Amino acid sequence: MSVDTATVAKIASLARIKVTEADLSAMVPELNGILAWVEQLGEVDVTGIEPMTAVIPNHQRLRDDVVNADPLTGGDMRDAVLANAPAPEHGFFGVPKVIE
Amino acid sequence: MTNITDLGIAAIRDGVAKGTFSATEVATAFNAAVEAAQPALNAFIVTTPEKALEAAAKVDADRAAGKPLGTMAGVPIGMKDLFATKGTQTTAASKILEGFKPQYESTVSQKLWDAGAGMLGKLNLDQFAMGSSNETSAFGNVISPWRRPGDTAPLAPGGSSGGSSAAVAARIAPAATGTDTGGSIRQPAAFTGISGIKPTYGRCSRWGVVAFASSLDQAGAMAHDVTDCAIMLEAMAGFDPKDSTSLNLPVPEWTASLNADMRGKKVGIPREYRLEGMDPDVAKSWDDGIAWLKDAGAEIVEISLPHTKYALPTYYIIAPAEASSNLARYDGVRYGLRDLPDGAGLQDMYAATRAAGFGPEVKRRIMIGTYVLSAGFYDAYYTQAQKVRTLIARDFTNAFMDVDVILVPTAPSSAFALGEKSADPLEMYLNDVFSVPASLAGLPAMSVPAGLDRNGLPLGLQVIGKAFDEQGVLNASLALEQRAQFSARPEKWW
Repeated sequence: MSVDTATVAKIASLARIKVTEADLSAMVPELNGILAWVEQLGEVDVTGIEPMTAVIPNHQRLRDDVVNADPLTGGDMRDAVLANAPAPEHGFFGVPKVIE
Repeated sequence: MTNITDLGIAAIRDGVAKGTFSATEVATAFNAAVEAAQPALNAFIVTTPEKALEAAAKVDADRAAGKPLGTMAGVPIGMKDLFATKGTQTTAASKILEGFKPQYESTVSQKLWDAGAGMLGKLNLDQFAMGSSNETSAFGNVISPWRRPGDTAPLAPGGSSGGSSAAVAARIAPAATGTDTGGSIRQPAAFTGISGIKPTYGRCSRWGVVAFASSLDQAGAMAHDVTDCAIMLEAMAGFDPKDSTSLNLPVPEWTASLNADMRGKKVGIPREYRLEGMDPDVAKSWDDGIAWLKDAGAEIVEISLPHTKYALPTYYIIAPAEASSNLARYDGVRYGLRDLPDGAGLQDMYAATRAAGFGPEVKRRIMIGTYVLSAGFYDAYYTQAQKVRTLIARDFTNAFMDVDVILVPTAPSSAFALGEKSADPLEMYLNDVFSVPASLAGLPAMSVPAGLDRNGLPLGLQVIGKAFDEQGVLNASLALEQRAQFSARPEKWW
């Protein structure tokens, strides 16, 4: 499978990355080179093989159902959460107007 | 007296404990070395001499008070700028995080500070750890302290942990943290003549480490030698409930159990790694390594890892797929850069922010990841890659039924010059050919210096072990180290 300019523009839009026409024409051959190379995986017989989900066997844990059991990952951290926000407003993340 | 900056972790720690020198003297010496080298090597994104001195003062005070000292007490280290450090800028070498000051400390860095280490600064790296030469950093290239004899052309320190490898090789840090997703500890260690270990996936907490590919990312240690790596890894590792993939296992006493006697051990040599057209010096260093382990008492066994050739393409589907998902968080809302063109709406702000903040390689990988995960292509690319990954891991499981460790080269060549491979992404990706398979299988692997090639540049040998068997990896690496007797150092020009 290979990609054309329209497909790359669509991928960029899905990835939320603004691209110029010049970016697109540079990306098309690069992505096609990489995709052509990874396509060799198609020749591997994977009949009956499960896709990997965990590289080292482990089990999912549940934390104790206690509020703020770990102060680092608990609540009451509004100021710390907003400390690096580019435009905090009134204790919230500020964003451009979404509803007209 | 030897220069303090020539010393490694064990020598510094023991010297501080004995009172041969104070931790403050050590920190002062390394701070000065960092400052002097920074304009030439650019190994650090920010330096934090005050942090190194602060940690040293505490160690000196504890020692004066007769308190017990930690396993890294008095050792100032470099911290890869992928670990969140409270109050100190953490960027992943990307403009999108410039100015970001974490409000919390990563588990791994906190463990090192708890063990008595101090921070010299935040080390440069490939942007979001995506690269093999440190050329994708938004804060400039790291220049390797190594040069070809009679040639001043700047060489790559490897990547992504290029600041880490350059700093340790130049003796401006006795040790440094690294992270390894597809070889980012081992390849730079090999390029600069130092040692580096990536433990089993889950040994070191990923909490507070900027995520690249979560099923592969693993922190590890980079230092002068195997013993120093063992000491440092022991301080970094351990169960962390804040990381859902952290291994709930006690940390073994790797340092105390180091043993280079390989009698009764079997070492696997996979025939698929002997690539056609292999660099003759790399092939020779591999043969040297085989002879050294035989000399240490090991039995050498030829093995087969049949899916080796598919490891790289598998990696370059899975890692970008995970990256495209992980990096969705950089949106200009919660932290980092925001680019809000006049009159732009929310979607335009996302797209403009990400266009301005991410470098070309990061964008490339996000695009590939987005494509292979998109409707209609998911099964053909992503599911197929995860199935092949199962086969690659199974190859290792089968091999380890017969052997204890596997010995292979770390990288297909010695360090290349900056700019030599950066024009063609695929050519750069091929540099990870020997390191990626162990990453895909989550296995512990270590690179140790083996010797110099015809260009006078270091080559590394890689030991891959069974899951959870860091001890076996460290022991075989120690056997190699004792026989390689690698003592070459870059001549100081900076």
